[in-house]
Order: sequence, then C-alpha cells, then structure tokens
Amino acid sequence: MKLYLRYLAIHFKSQMQYKTSFFLTLIGQFLTAFSTFLGIWVMFTRFNTVKGFTYTEVSLCYAVVLMAFSLAETFFRGFDTFPRMIGNGEFDRILVRPRSPVFQVLGSKIDFTRLGRLLHAAVIFAWAIPRSGVNWNAANIATLCGMILAGSLVFAGLFLLYAGICFFTLDGLEVMNIFTDGSREFGRYPLSVYGDAVLRFLTFVVPIALFLYYPFLTLLGKSDSLLWRICPLFALLFLVPCYLVWRVGLLHYRSTGS
Amino acid sequence: MTPSLRLRPYLSFFRLRFLGGMQYRVAALAGILTQFAWGAMNLLLYTAFYEADPTAFPMDFAQISVYVWFNQAFLTMFMLWFLDADIFAAIRDGNVAYELVRPLDLYRMWFVKNLATRTARVVLRCLPILVVAAFLPAPYGLTLPVSFGAFLLFLLTMVLALVLVVACCMLIYIVTFYTMNPLGVRIIATSMGEFLCGAIVPIPFMPDGLRRVIELTPFGAMQNLPFRIYSGHLSGAEMWRGILLQVFWIATLILIGRLLMAHALRRVAVQGG
Repeated sequence: MKLYLRYLAIHFKSQMQYKTSFFLTLIGQFLTAFSTFLGIWVMFTRFNTVKGFTYTEVSLCYAVVLMAFSLAETFFRGFDTFPRMIGNGEFDRILVRPRSPVFQVLGSKIDFTRLGRLLHAAVIFAWAIPRSGVNWNAANIATLCGMILAGSLVFAGLFLLYAGICFFTLDGLEVMNIFTDGSREFGRYPLSVYGDAVLRFLTFVVPIALFLYYPFLTLLGKSDSLLWRICPLFALLFLVPCYLVWRVGLLHYRSTGS
Repeated sequence: MTPSLRLRPYLSFFRLRFLGGMQYRVAALAGILTQFAWGAMNLLLYTAFYEADPTAFPMDFAQISVYVWFNQAFLTMFMLWFLDADIFAAIRDGNVAYELVRPLDLYRMWFVKNLATRTARVVLRCLPILVVAAFLPAPYGLTLPVSFGAFLLFLLTMVLALVLVVACCMLIYIVTFYTMNPLGVRIIATSMGEFLCGAIVPIPFMPDGLRRVIELTPFGAMQNLPFRIYSGHLSGAEMWRGILLQVFWIATLILIGRLLMAHALRRVAVQGG
C-alpha cells in the first residue's frame, strides 16, 4: 500500500511537470464527456420519458457509469496500455522484481487527466441527485456508492481480461473496446432501453447490468427487491474469470525478445 | 510545366498515404465490429424513443436507420478529431522547415495527405458495414436512395463534405503555428465539433433555434447534408440552400486557411525557423 502511494505520488509529480498540457487535457476529457451529455439533453427536449425513465433519472444513470468508468480508467490504466508493455519487453523487467506483476502493472501508469471525466460525472451528480426524486436514506446512499465501486471494479476486470488476452495475441485486442467504451457510451441510458436480449447479455455475460441497472431500479423505487439491491456484489464475481485468464496467460508468457 | 505535371507530386502524396492507410487491416476489422455494435445499439436506443412518442420524431424511422449506418460506415471519413500527429509534430519541432524547402505548396500537400488517410480508412471499413446493414429487415436496414438524382447529389455532397472537414482540420493545424500547443484547439474541435456536426445526435433532433444556427455554420454542411439527402429527408429548396452553403464554407475556410498559413510562415521565416 505504501508503495502504491509512492507510485501515485510519482505519476502525479511527473504529470505536473507539464501543467498547461495536463489541465488542457483534463478540460478536454471534461468537454468530450459533456458533449455526450448534450446528446441526452437534446433527446429529452423532444421526449418526456424513455421506457418510463425521465431526464433526471437518465442523468443519474449516466453519472454512475461515467464515474465508475473514469475511476477505473485513472487507476487501472496500466492494463489498458499493456500490449505496449509486452511489445517493448518492459514486462520482462517487471517479472524479475520481487513484487506481484498485477501490482506493478497497476502502478506503471496512473493517468490523472482521466479525472476530467470524473469531474464531469460529479457535476452531473450534483445536478441530478436533488432532482431525481430519490429518497436519499442510508440504504440508498449505500446502494449508489456500491454501484459506483462495483462498476469501477467490473471495468477494471475488463481491462485485466484485455491484458490477459494480450499474452496470447501479443497485440491489443481492440474488439474489447466494444465492452469497455461501449458500456460507457451506452450505459448512459438504463439498459432496459436496448431491449431484453441486450439486457440479458449484459446481465449474464458481461455483468454491466448488475451494477448499473437492477440496483438503479431499487434506487428509483421501481422495485423493492433486496436481491436487486445487492446485485453489485454479484458483479464482482466477474473478476474471478478475468483474473484466471490473466494467470493462465502469465504462465504461457514468452518474451517477445525485444 | 503542364497542369498534369504540376499536380503529379500531390497525386503521389495521395497514393503514398492511401497505401499506408490500407495497411491497418486488423485494426480495420476491429473497427468494423465496433462500429457495427455501435450502430445496432444506437438503433435500439432510437427504437425505445420511438415507442415512447412516435409523433416527436423529426424523421421516419427508416431515415434514422440510414443516418445511423452511414454515420458508422463513414466515421473515419468525417470525424473531426482524426488529425495527423505528424503534422503537429512538424510544426512544433520545426521540421516544417524541411517541408518548406520543397518546391511544393504546403497547404495543398497537407490537404492531400489528410484526404488520402481518410479515404483509405473509409475504403477499408465502409463496405462490410453497408452490405450487412442493407440486408437488415426494414425499418432497421439501409434502404436504397429515394431517387437516382438524390443518389448523385448524395455522392457530390459526400465529396464536398469530406473536403470541408479537411479544410476545417487544416485550420486546426494552422492555428497551432500560433499557439504551438495543439491541445487547446483540438479539444474544442473534438468535443464540441462532434456534437455540432450531428455525429452524436442527428441535427434534426435538436431544438429549433439551435438547429437553425448550426445549419448555417460549417458543421451543418458536413455529414448532416449527404446522409439526409440520400434518405430523402432533405430535398427541394432547403437542400439546394444546404449545398450552396457547403460550397460557400469550403471556399471560405480554404481562403482563411491559406491566408493564415501565409501569415504564419512569414513569421517563421523572420524568426529564422
């Protein structure tokens, strides 16, 4: 843990060396996310509800997925750039050090500019939370925090899976972006909007709905199922196969030699 | 020199860039799958809104489908944030001086390079998406153009829109001569530009006042125009006005770009590079 804080400090300091560039990129992340939000706003200037969800409810859902994603993207980005690490032999150096490879890859890249999205999510939260009509009692607050936390861990699992597959392909499998970027893009609407087939897929295969959709319904009072409230916990099971793929990949690893 | 000889270097630049762009086949495959997923998810989303209130829809559903599939198929042709990192690097580290030594027009050279990269990417990606989309059941699939005339105008405005997008990118490169840090301009172009040109939500969906303003700007004359002409959503006087504006903006942006570039290059020369 102490070592991780050191990593954090080093990355923070190094990014602060180029302050203008850092803040501009941060603002860029903020604005890019904002243009997605404008897309939601445009749709709701024409439509009152979609599948029974109002504008503020959709905004809340959007803020949850965005915050979960940007947390994962800031702190687990090492796995995102993993193909480069394998390609240039950097990973060999990691293997000879007496620390767990997962930990070192995590520490290899922490990109604070990604917090621009987090900032944007926070703004949307500040706007949507009082307007959403949700009764903010302790249980609901806990559910919301659980959704965000479990969400960022599921995204982290996807990054880990992506890195694990790299051991076999030696190259980034860009198709995986469908699930990471796609979940961020399309998770802005409650997932039932996309129909049953998509919802089932995102429940049982890639468990986005477990942290984003079912607990969200209990938050809005559309359901009072306790099972749905604690769904984010089940989403964490997704980390098991992701970690296994990584382990198997690690055993198969042969250096590229460069 | 005869005109054909004068154009030859630019043609070979186009060819080089085009062939270079064609090398990324695996990336293209991933891109195709991604764009296909994006298109399908977007259509499911529009379906949900359509069920909520069909009367609030500014276009037929079939026209939306055409728009969504074209948007995905021609993404690499029209996306504003797809900029050439080499050009930014050349401006910043001064390598642009080497390019100036060549007996070529820098503006035209960069313009052609950008045209070629975009065309190559789109050639690799668009066909599979269009073919699959064409076989999807109505109203989710890609329909035929409303008429042969509309199809010809679609082709024309596609080319013009591509030229306009590149002219817009040229301005971003050229402004970098003055700011040296490309980030600021890029950010505005990439974040707001995508929204304004209708890449996130088609322009007809926007509130009336906003829509009217955007349609007068260069952003309204980009992908918005050809996609809607193809499906027949835009026709008659309104369409011709759009095409006129498109030509007007191409001429204006190229003129501004050339003036700014000439000015910037003079400054570079005074400073000694």
